[in-house]
Amino acid sequence: MNKVKELPGEAIVAATQAPSIGRSVRAYVERVRGGDMGALPAVLGLVVLCTVFAIARPSFLTAINFANLFTQGAAVTVIAMGLVFVLLLGEIDLSAGFASGVCAAVLAVTLTNMGLPWYVCVLAAILTGVLIGTVLGALVAKVGIPSFVVTLAAFLAFQGLVLLLVDEGTNISIRDNVVVAIATRNLPPWLGWALYAGGVAIYAAVQLLRARGRAKRGLVADPMSLIAARVGTLAVIAGLAVYVLNLERSRNALITSLTGVPIVIPVILALLVVWTFVLRRTAFGRHIYAVGGNAEAARRAGIAVDRIKVSAFVICSSMAAVGGIIAASRASSVDPNTGGSSVLLYAVGAAVIGGTSLFGGKGRVLDAILGGAVVAVIENGMGLMGYGASVKYLVTGSVLLLAAGVDALARKRAAAAGLR
Amino acid sequence: MTTPLLEVRGIDKSFGPVQVLHDVAFSAYAGEVTALVGDNGAGKSTLVKCVGGIYPIDSGEMLFDGRPVQVHGPRDAGVLGIEIVYQDLALCDNLDIVQNMFLGRERRRGLVLDEASMEEMAEQTLSGLSVRTVKSIRQQVSSLSGGQRQTVAIAKAVLWNSKVVILDEPTAALGVAQTAQVLELVRRLADKGLAVVLISHNMNDVFAVSDRIAALYLGRMAAQVRTADVTHAQVVELITSGRSGDLGIVQ
Repeated sequence: MNKVKELPGEAIVAATQAPSIGRSVRAYVERVRGGDMGALPAVLGLVVLCTVFAIARPSFLTAINFANLFTQGAAVTVIAMGLVFVLLLGEIDLSAGFASGVCAAVLAVTLTNMGLPWYVCVLAAILTGVLIGTVLGALVAKVGIPSFVVTLAAFLAFQGLVLLLVDEGTNISIRDNVVVAIATRNLPPWLGWALYAGGVAIYAAVQLLRARGRAKRGLVADPMSLIAARVGTLAVIAGLAVYVLNLERSRNALITSLTGVPIVIPVILALLVVWTFVLRRTAFGRHIYAVGGNAEAARRAGIAVDRIKVSAFVICSSMAAVGGIIAASRASSVDPNTGGSSVLLYAVGAAVIGGTSLFGGKGRVLDAILGGAVVAVIENGMGLMGYGASVKYLVTGSVLLLAAGVDALARKRAAAAGLR
Repeated sequence: MTTPLLEVRGIDKSFGPVQVLHDVAFSAYAGEVTALVGDNGAGKSTLVKCVGGIYPIDSGEMLFDGRPVQVHGPRDAGVLGIEIVYQDLALCDNLDIVQNMFLGRERRRGLVLDEASMEEMAEQTLSGLSVRTVKSIRQQVSSLSGGQRQTVAIAKAVLWNSKVVILDEPTAALGVAQTAQVLELVRRLADKGLAVVLISHNMNDVFAVSDRIAALYLGRMAAQVRTADVTHAQVVELITSGRSGDLGIVQ
C-alpha cells in the first residue's frame, strides 16, 4: 500500500483533492497492487467461465439456463451471505449447511405434518436458526472452544438431528403454495421492471443525497461523474438481466408461459441491501469489522466482543435457515440430505471466492453473491458439458483452494507493503 | 504549589504473592509532561493500568483535580478524562483513521452512523494537533507508518476532551524522524493544557520533552523531581539503584 512520505509541509490533502473518476481508478489499481484484490478475482473468474461455457455449450446462454442459474445457486448464496459475518470475525461455521437442513426439516414438519400456516412455519424455521446460532456463539465466545471444533461437532450432531426430524430418512414433501413459490415461481414481467426502476432510482437518490450532504459540510464528496458511472453500470447490468429474464423461457409457450424474474432474486437482493446496510452504516457492523481486525483493540475501545461474536453466529445460522427454506422450496421436499453433501463447502467457497478473507476483518455481503455466482456457473456449466459429480467436485474444490490461496498471498503482500 | 490534576497516594498492588507496587505516590500536572521512568519490571505499566482502571488497586487513594475519586474500570477513567495510549496502539488495521478514532464511541443519527460529522471532528482534532502527515483521513490504518499510527492513537485519545493522556512508550518502535514528530506532538498536548504522562526508556526523549521525572525502582517511587534539577546520570542512577545522592529511597 502506498506509504506517505513524511514531509512536514504536506497538508491534509483530503480537504482539497476531490476524487475524479481517473483518480478513483488509479486508487483502485494501487489497492489491487498492494494486495487488496477485493472482488476482482471473482468478477474475472465469472467472465472467463461464462465465455468458456458459452463457446463450448451455446445452450449456456439461453434465457432458461440464465434463470436456472439463479434458482440453483440461491440457497448456497444465502448461506454464504450469513457465513460472511462469521468469517469477518476470523471464525468459521462448518455447521451452516446442516443447520440449514435442520431448519428446513423444522419447516417441513410444521408445515406438512402439523399443517400450520406457512408464515408460522417459516418463522419457526428462522427461530430455530437463531437458537442454533445462539448456542454455537455462546460456546465459542463464552466457553472459549475454537469455532472450528464447536461447528465441526455441530456438523455431525445436526446430521443426526435432521434424521431425527424427518423420521430416519423419509422424504417430507412440501405443497404449500407460498413456500414453493419462493424458489420456483416468477414475478410478472411488469413487476420485475417496476422493482428494477424503483431499485435504481433509490440507489441513485441515496448516492446523490450522501454526496450533497458531504459537500455541504465541506467534506470530500464523490463527483457527479463517478456517481453517474456507478448508477449507469447498475442500470445497464440489472436492466439486461431483467430483460433476459422477462423473455419467454417455455419450450411451448402456448401450453404454459414461463417469463419473469424468479422470486428468489428480489429476496436475495433485499437480504443483500439489509445486511450491507447493517455492516456499512451501523455501529454494530463497524464493531464486527473491528473485532475481526483487532479483537484486543475492540475490547479496549469498550466493545462487547463476546456479544458481537454471538450475534455473528446468530446471523449466520439464521441466514442458513433462510437458505434451508429456499432449498426446501426449490426441491418441494425435505430429506436427510437437505443442506448436506457439498452445500457447506460451496457456501464457504462462495464467500471466499468472492473476496471475503478467511483471516477476518475483510469482506462484504456482496462477495457472497459474486462467489455464489461463480460456484453456480461452474456447477451449471459443467453439468451442461456432461461432466459428472466427480469432475464438478474436483473443479469446485480447486477453485476454493485457488481463492483461499489468493486471499493468503494478498494478505502476505499487504503485510509486506504495510511494513515497507 | 498548584494542585496536581492527577494524584495517587499509597498505592499497593499485588498479583498473588508478588507485590508489584509498594506505597507508590505519583502526580501529574496540567500543562506539563511528566516522564515516568524505571527499569523493566519496575511497575510502570502496572501503575498506569491501575490509574486507567484496568487493574483494581489493593489500597491507596486517587485524587483527580484535588477530589478523591474511585476508578473501577476503563469507562470510569474515560469519564474522568483519563486516556491511555498503549504500547501496542490498539488500532484496527482494517479500519480507516476516522473509524479508528471513533471506535466504540461512534456518533450516530438514529440507527445510522453519522460519518460526516465524525469525519469533520477527526479532521479538526488532527489539524488542531498540527498533524500534517496523513494523506487522507479515510486511509486505512494498515497503510500508515509507525509514526503516523502513533499519531492516530494519540489523536484518538485527545478527541474526547481528555484532561490526562498517558502514553506508554510511544517512541519505542520509531525511527529518528518519527520519534521527533511524536515528541513534538507530546509537547503540543501539554502546551494545550493537558496533563501528559510519558512512559519511556529513552533518556534523550525524557530530557527533550518532560517537565518532571518520576522514577520507579522495584515497585517503589524512588523520586519525583523537576527535569531541570537533575542530570542525565542522576536519573540513570535512580533507575538502576533507586537512589542518587540525596535523592531516592532511603535505606
